[in-house]
Amino acid sequence: MAALRVLVGVKRVIDFAVKVRVAPGGAAVQTQGVKHSLNPFCEIALEEAVRLREAGAATEVVVATLGTKASQETLRTALAMGADRAVLAELAEGAAAGPREVAVALAALARRLQPQLVLLGKQAIDDDCNQTGQILAAILDWPQGTFASRVSLEPGAVQVQREVDGGLETLRLRLPAVLTADLRLNEPRYATLPNIMKAKKKPLEVVPAADLGVPAGPPRLRLLQLQEPPPRAGGEKVESVESLLGKLRHAGRI
Amino acid sequence: MAGLGMGAGLRLLRRIPPGFGGSRLQSTQEAQAVLPKTGTTTATAAPPKAQRSLEESKSFAVGMFLGRLNAEQVFPYPSVLTEEQEQTLRELVGPLSRFFEEVNNPFKNDALEKVEDETMKGLKELGAFGLQVPLEFGGLGLNNTQYARLVQIVGQHDLGVGITLGAHQSIGFKGLLLYGTPPQKEKYLPRLATGEWVAAFCLTEPGSGSDAASIRTRATPSPCGSFWTLDGEKIWISNGGLAELFTVFAQTPVRDERSGESRERITAFLVERGFGGVTHGPSEKKLGIRASNTTSLHFDSVRVPAQNVLGGLGGGFKVAMNILNNGRFGMAAAMAGTMRGLLQAAVAHASTRTQFGAKIHKFGAIQEKLARMALLHYVTESMAFMISANMDRGDPDFQIEAAISKIFGSEAAWAVADECIQIMGGMGFMQEQGVERVLRDLRIFRIFEGTNDILRLFVALQGFQGLGAQLRGVQAALRDPLGNVGVLTGEVTRRLRRKAGLGSGLSLQHLVHPELKDGAQQTQQCLELFATTAEALLLKHGKRIVEEQFALKRVADAAIDVYAMAVVLSRPTSASWPRCGRSRTETSGTFGTCRGPWWRAGGWWCPPRWDSDSKNTPKHPKIPQKYPKTTLKHPKNHPGLPTAETPQNTPKTSLKHPKTPPGLLTTKTPQNTPKYPKNHPKIPQKPPWDSDSRNTPKHPKIPQKPP
Repeated sequence: MAALRVLVGVKRVIDFAVKVRVAPGGAAVQTQGVKHSLNPFCEIALEEAVRLREAGAATEVVVATLGTKASQETLRTALAMGADRAVLAELAEGAAAGPREVAVALAALARRLQPQLVLLGKQAIDDDCNQTGQILAAILDWPQGTFASRVSLEPGAVQVQREVDGGLETLRLRLPAVLTADLRLNEPRYATLPNIMKAKKKPLEVVPAADLGVPAGPPRLRLLQLQEPPPRAGGEKVESVESLLGKLRHAGRI
Repeated sequence: MAGLGMGAGLRLLRRIPPGFGGSRLQSTQEAQAVLPKTGTTTATAAPPKAQRSLEESKSFAVGMFLGRLNAEQVFPYPSVLTEEQEQTLRELVGPLSRFFEEVNNPFKNDALEKVEDETMKGLKELGAFGLQVPLEFGGLGLNNTQYARLVQIVGQHDLGVGITLGAHQSIGFKGLLLYGTPPQKEKYLPRLATGEWVAAFCLTEPGSGSDAASIRTRATPSPCGSFWTLDGEKIWISNGGLAELFTVFAQTPVRDERSGESRERITAFLVERGFGGVTHGPSEKKLGIRASNTTSLHFDSVRVPAQNVLGGLGGGFKVAMNILNNGRFGMAAAMAGTMRGLLQAAVAHASTRTQFGAKIHKFGAIQEKLARMALLHYVTESMAFMISANMDRGDPDFQIEAAISKIFGSEAAWAVADECIQIMGGMGFMQEQGVERVLRDLRIFRIFEGTNDILRLFVALQGFQGLGAQLRGVQAALRDPLGNVGVLTGEVTRRLRRKAGLGSGLSLQHLVHPELKDGAQQTQQCLELFATTAEALLLKHGKRIVEEQFALKRVADAAIDVYAMAVVLSRPTSASWPRCGRSRTETSGTFGTCRGPWWRAGGWWCPPRWDSDSKNTPKHPKIPQKYPKTTLKHPKNHPGLPTAETPQNTPKTSLKHPKTPPGLLTTKTPQNTPKYPKNHPKIPQKPPWDSDSRNTPKHPKIPQKPP
């Protein structure tokens, strides 16, 4: 098979098991000292890329992220899961890194590395944007297959089964293409301890984000306020549908 | 079950060697390094060399007995991981924890009485079977501290799996790592690292548990010398039914090169199941660690190639000792992990359970329990990582500390599990919560790998060995007092200072953080009391101390307490633990840990019982009569205490100088051995260490004669 490089974009997020708290000030989430890990959807995307390489359909898996120095740990985990090399687009602390910035960085990397396929997670669990893959495809002017639940490579094309609101949709896209992974695409492997040791030897390149053309200006989105949802009030059981409707009407809900 | 190895203490009981202490014990200290001894017996250095190296030992515990503060290995809290190693460790902790949280099911493992197949496969793929195997053989090449951290995780989740892994790598093929020749390592380590082959440690027999030297399994050499024939039976071998490679200990005939006669010595062999003749019995039904496979093993004329001898012919006992010694820190680490899990369960329950209108963690009774549990956990964790760091640094003497950590950890974990169930009440008793399983799993930890009773004897006797060597030096000096005035004056001065409550110059204050100075002082006093008592005991009993198990146990308990105090002073002081910086909790924990033993030791009644101003202090021409004021104030007006004024109220005590101080001379000495030189101008009137009660000042309120 001809050289088929896969670029996987990942993000370092707060671990899914952590109970998130609002930081003092009310405009951000407490991130100091909190456990971070690889975004679960990005893990699924990476797993798919590694499986493609193991099946022989792809020849190299490059994992990349836009973030601060701390993201190196995340890249190491990704290398331990099977990626061949990693690239960190390094940002200064506190710099904006929304979907637009990430897409610009990944687009620059894509032009450099010339992958045939870019795999991303469908969304990050911290901001739930669901935009990066789409924006990236638009910048590169490549076809996109989002919410992928099955991926199979064919010569020069990729067949994608998408999970949409109405059901399942299957598309064939010409390569190069951008795909975003959904939950049921696969189940990521556990990084084995020997692979973690081997990952230390794999190359990890650090590139300043500005070199990739990431705009340095203030973020276009400003977070005004964060507040925790109100504590759950008790529920109530009713005996029949009529009394349910009556109660809802009484509460002004219908 | 893992074999029992601390027969060292019991060996002394069976064969009391001529010099004090056993040269056999000494061999274990010298064998920390990995020097393969081929073909030699365990002929060890003669006692004089032993005496020198024990005196030079930097071990804190050895120093305790000698009345010295060997602070090197304890202060500051050792930290040996490089940044890269720490980074690696952090990366490994995540996947391992995840595996145990998501894949391993301890309830299932316990109910099935084996580790589930999927879990076993997952563990092997994860690489958990070769944590300390060098990288070139396919393992992870972790050092002891990293290994301890990972074992802590395993201990927190499932002790049955912990024992399966531990019996495999902590003792099963540890002998191969420590004593294996390169061909042996190349042949076996790769398969052991991936878990393709599981290993087991085979020492215990029906008639040989603690008394490891009395094993009856025999290996007979073939006439051509190319193989051995192994026959025997081993019981309670962990992984017995799963293992392919066994480290088997057997009696072998060994020719003494000097005398030419043949003696029976233990030799260690690497035995493959594939050699034929190796069968195992059914899996034993146990109280706890049911997931671990425990079987008996039978060796019927098993042919073992000569190149599978491990650690040299006749070196088996030493190999067994060192394997167990090397693995002990792992046990303390596992116990620390288990206690962490138990604490989490207890806290979760206490903070959610409401009774009497409040969450129960608000009540003092529960708070006390939680505090004590946290204390025990903190001490065990500190000990485990201190010892692993000592080993990684290359400190050669850590066996007493390792034994202490095993005793402390296993007993602390049992107490913590018990209290956890108590806090959880009826819920704790139910299988669903899992705490009852942890309690059952923990019971064996006080028994295997050296029963705590044997290890206590070991701690005491090993310490006394050093003290005995030192006293022998004094004894030798006494035979030639004129030629050894320096030694004697030094010794006398030291003892007098200690007796006078001045302390032997031991000071911990400069080593600990100012906030912890009270604990430091208590520890100092305990150290001095300990040394004085140890010396007095040894002089009273002499060689027969090996039989005085009542005293030995108490000495060991005191030693454990003092080491715990030192460890718990060291950790919060150390600045190299930025994440565990000095917190109020730690300081209070230090206070709690120090106060108990100090109180038990009678430290509250200080200075020592013999009054510092008493006229009974022997007068030595070279020592000033008035001692500089000490900071230790004798509580003068306490009703129950002898006061400085007491001597006036008491009838003149007749200080009869005993002709021969008890214990100083051995029972086998010839008639012309010099007695205590009474009339020598430079020797005090009576031995300052005379612990005989006739010299205790008489208190008016204490009857002279018991009713």
